[in-house]
Amino acid sequence: MSETSALPRHAAARFAGIPVFALLGAALLIVVFAELALGPVRLGPGDLLAVLLGEGEQGPSAILLQIRLPRAVLGLAVGFGLALSGCAMQGVLRNPLADPGLIGVTAGAAVGAVSVIVLGNYFVGDLPAPVRPYALPLGAFAGGLLVTAFVFSLSHLSGGTNVAMLILAGVAVNAIAGALIGAMVYISDDQQLRDLTFWSMGSIASGNWMQVSVTTMLALAAALGLLTMGRSLDLFQLGERAAFHAGIDIEREKWRIALMTAIAVGAVTAAAGPIGFIGLVAPHMARLIVGPAHRNVLPAAALIGGALILGADLAVRLAVPPTEPPIGLATSMIGGPFFLWLLMRRLKRGGF
Amino acid sequence: MRRLPFLFLAAALLLAEAAHADSPQRIVSAGGDITEIIYALGAGDRVIAVDSTSNHPSEAVSKEQIGYIRRLAAEGILSLQPDLLIAAHDAGPPAAVEQLRAAGLRVELAPKGNTPEGVLEKVRFVGKAIGLEAEGETLAQRVERDMAKALETAKGYTDTPRVIFVLSERDGAPLVAGAETSADAIIALAGASNAAEGFSGYKPMSQEAIIEAAPDVLLMMSQTVERLGGIDVMLSRPEFALTPAGQERRYVAMDGLLLLGFGPRAPEAVRSLATALRGG
Repeated sequence: MSETSALPRHAAARFAGIPVFALLGAALLIVVFAELALGPVRLGPGDLLAVLLGEGEQGPSAILLQIRLPRAVLGLAVGFGLALSGCAMQGVLRNPLADPGLIGVTAGAAVGAVSVIVLGNYFVGDLPAPVRPYALPLGAFAGGLLVTAFVFSLSHLSGGTNVAMLILAGVAVNAIAGALIGAMVYISDDQQLRDLTFWSMGSIASGNWMQVSVTTMLALAAALGLLTMGRSLDLFQLGERAAFHAGIDIEREKWRIALMTAIAVGAVTAAAGPIGFIGLVAPHMARLIVGPAHRNVLPAAALIGGALILGADLAVRLAVPPTEPPIGLATSMIGGPFFLWLLMRRLKRGGF
Repeated sequence: MRRLPFLFLAAALLLAEAAHADSPQRIVSAGGDITEIIYALGAGDRVIAVDSTSNHPSEAVSKEQIGYIRRLAAEGILSLQPDLLIAAHDAGPPAAVEQLRAAGLRVELAPKGNTPEGVLEKVRFVGKAIGLEAEGETLAQRVERDMAKALETAKGYTDTPRVIFVLSERDGAPLVAGAETSADAIIALAGASNAAEGFSGYKPMSQEAIIEAAPDVLLMMSQTVERLGGIDVMLSRPEFALTPAGQERRYVAMDGLLLLGFGPRAPEAVRSLATALRGG
């Protein structure tokens, strides 16, 4: 247990009696409301109400229904998906530094997306027209799934899934993905180079309801699956042998977690680009608030992840209008320092 | 009969409204060439915001800034309450353009063009889009005449210098313009030839390949020359020092938007490049 819990047991007790989840839920609702109500275009409460009643004018309706609402929905899917995947990864690998990036899922998705941006000229034209806009997300999704399957199969060669092997294979896959992306960068033209640079900084402004709903359904299905893994993850903390003796089919659980993580991360990376640090930071924040038990950490991390993404999006939308910096900048700016603080804390306590 | 004045008033208002639709008053312009054309048409005062590639004329720089042309933020642009977004062909991302149209904003994407004819097309397109069709035609004809003269000047030179255009550098290797680039096009119009052969687009070129290409003149954007430490630093780099360009210190540094923009100043770009390439 000690590996993943950032706080001792009394932390949970500190909040005893306070409906922590109600507070987290309320915080998330406030951020969602802010995401819908605030933005570079000022919409008064009257406008919002009119749009909700279906009587809004074209401008406010489009802003609310075509720009802000899809962003909010996608932001929630991204936050839930990344936070829960990070949480499950940290739990199953018994490694507090794990996040979906560590075993290469994000890098695989990035290779898929960058390939479509750079090589798209050669094959996208041959695809039927309705499919073309989805070539990039499909590429990213396929890349994420492929890498997960590859890394888990590799770590499985020695019989049971070997955690050290999984992490090392992830390092190798990240290196290979880096080389592939480098090759794409090399053969890209000026415009593609700019596109892929911006893609790699993430954005939830994709704004297309079709894409948002597909992503959201995939991410939420995976998120719901991960939410039920609390007990298994808790038992994993005792070590795999103990978990096995407690009656868990550890191989099956690992594969389930790998599959759901790949689906969630692949889907959100496909829609929003690689967004850093949420998968790492949200679970740690959740543990600080609700203690180490996964049945609490998982939902808390999801609520926090959603709030962090929407908060970061709100920040980039309001920072320097009418321009909009990429959301990846904001999440890394919050996540980086938080992570350093976490490291310093552990260092002081002799945690390493 | 008493209602008649009101009817007239209503008709007048409707007409005014219609005229307004054809002649946008709050224009957001994305693309350095597009912005230049709007100013050349005398409609600069109707521009309320420009993108980061619009740095000419200097008044355009003080307008509200909407950021990079391929990374437009739909809601940010809407917050400026424009009545027209006019942009170069590569404006994006597509989702943002879609959202802007859905919000009822008129969006006009100009045709692509880095040929003399392409410039005229763009000028006519912009004129039409902002309700200055006649002025657009006049400007197009002027640009056409100037271009003919500039091309005449370029043809007057009998030599064909081999030119290498360095856009910037990537990982220490100069990023050189190959075929199908604006730089390649303007070099050809100036009566010179592109020394970088065998590839298209902007690619990092190895030192030995540059020496092998033996360019007579090094062409760069003045902004890049500054950034990479001045022309002396560039010419003394081994890949250029060993070429005719480096040995005879033949180089041309020109403003990037003038050189590569293919806007209304394209004839000027052709003429000054043709002259400068011959040491003029």
